[in-house]
Amino acid sequence: MSYLEFLAQYGDRILGGTLVTMLLTVLAAVLAVAIALAAGLMRLAPSAPVRGAAAVYIEVFRGTSLLVQLYWIFFVLPLFGITLEKFTAGFVAVGMNLGAYGAELVRGAILSVPKGQWEAALALNMSPAKRMVRVILPQAVLIMLPGWGNLLIELLKGTALVALIAVADLMFQVKQINGTTFLSAEAFGTALIIYYLLARFMLTPFMRWLERFMQRKLGRA
Amino acid sequence: MLDWRWDFTFDILPRLIAATGNTLLAAGLGYAIAVVLGLAFALAQRTPYRIVTAVVREAVEFVRSTPLVLQIFFVFYVGPQFGLRLSPWTAGMIAIGLHYAAYLSEVYRGGLESVPKGQWEAATSLNLSTARTYFRVVIPQALPPSLAGMGNYLIGIFKDTPMLSVIGVAELMHTANAIGSETYRFLEPYTLVGVIFLLLSLPTAAGIRLFEAWVRRKLGMV
Repeated sequence: MSYLEFLAQYGDRILGGTLVTMLLTVLAAVLAVAIALAAGLMRLAPSAPVRGAAAVYIEVFRGTSLLVQLYWIFFVLPLFGITLEKFTAGFVAVGMNLGAYGAELVRGAILSVPKGQWEAALALNMSPAKRMVRVILPQAVLIMLPGWGNLLIELLKGTALVALIAVADLMFQVKQINGTTFLSAEAFGTALIIYYLLARFMLTPFMRWLERFMQRKLGRA
Repeated sequence: MLDWRWDFTFDILPRLIAATGNTLLAAGLGYAIAVVLGLAFALAQRTPYRIVTAVVREAVEFVRSTPLVLQIFFVFYVGPQFGLRLSPWTAGMIAIGLHYAAYLSEVYRGGLESVPKGQWEAATSLNLSTARTYFRVVIPQALPPSLAGMGNYLIGIFKDTPMLSVIGVAELMHTANAIGSETYRFLEPYTLVGVIFLLLSLPTAAGIRLFEAWVRRKLGMV
């Protein structure tokens, strides 16, 4: 079977899998950003128990493997009475894992906003919440965006693991195709190229655009 | 509901601890491959030949931005299609070693670029060959700034070894899966795997930070 015939026959399934992978990536990214912001801000809270809770979350998720977390969420959480559908379990695991890495990024970026900005906001009598939202965070976002670019590629790659709990993403589809046709080079090779194209020509340009957009927003272009 | 069984826990603990040995072995072997191959990738991007640089650069980007689990499948299954059978261990070590070599080459690249140009000029004026300049002058100075990144990826490779279970390397995750399918109990094996990873990776991370600080002090960089 030539490669073109292979594509004609299995293109639909590969395309369907790619769409599922993209959807998983978007959902996991939204979750990861939300968790990273929450945990990153909690790490800087004045109250020690709040800081401690965030630190435990971050260390647990960064200290174990994504695959272990995924299996734990999918197979063990139901024993606690929380049953997630496999698709949900998939993007929740990836989002929570990358959220822990993102939290450290958020914390570092907030701390690297120059001290003068904090003092100026204080001098203007802004409340702590207003200071964070209006002055510190917008500048911190600009500092952390390059880091998020790398994390989102990690996240996209991380979604490939959900195939192991039978979510029908790109990885899962090519694994199935390989199982029935034994055309491993074609099946896995195509998937490798699609993941590369997604990372290189969608995620990376999007993050570059976002960086420029934020720079313009803050008048630093 | 939840019932944690301690007798079962102690039943399976020896098996999991034995598998931890395999996990550490896989991480160590993979890392050894990555450290050497990564240096080759980094040096190949500094040759005067534009083509070599461009090809290696693109290959590194490709490996870095595609999923490791897919690469593991690829290496394991593509061989037999062309009549070359690799054992799970061989395929796994090639895949994970190559993946982390791509990461480490970026770390080395940063380190190599941080060596001041004057060092090269001094080596040239002493009539040292390029190879000698690299191994006696440049790489020793590029190493300390690379240590932090190298340490992070050592922990990274350790945490990525569970992916080797997909092609049947008998490491921790594979053993936990086997226990789960034999006994239909997932709570204890998966939780223990998580705890073992945590117990190993947290102290290692702390140890690496100490080692880094020690190297910096030794070299008078503080």
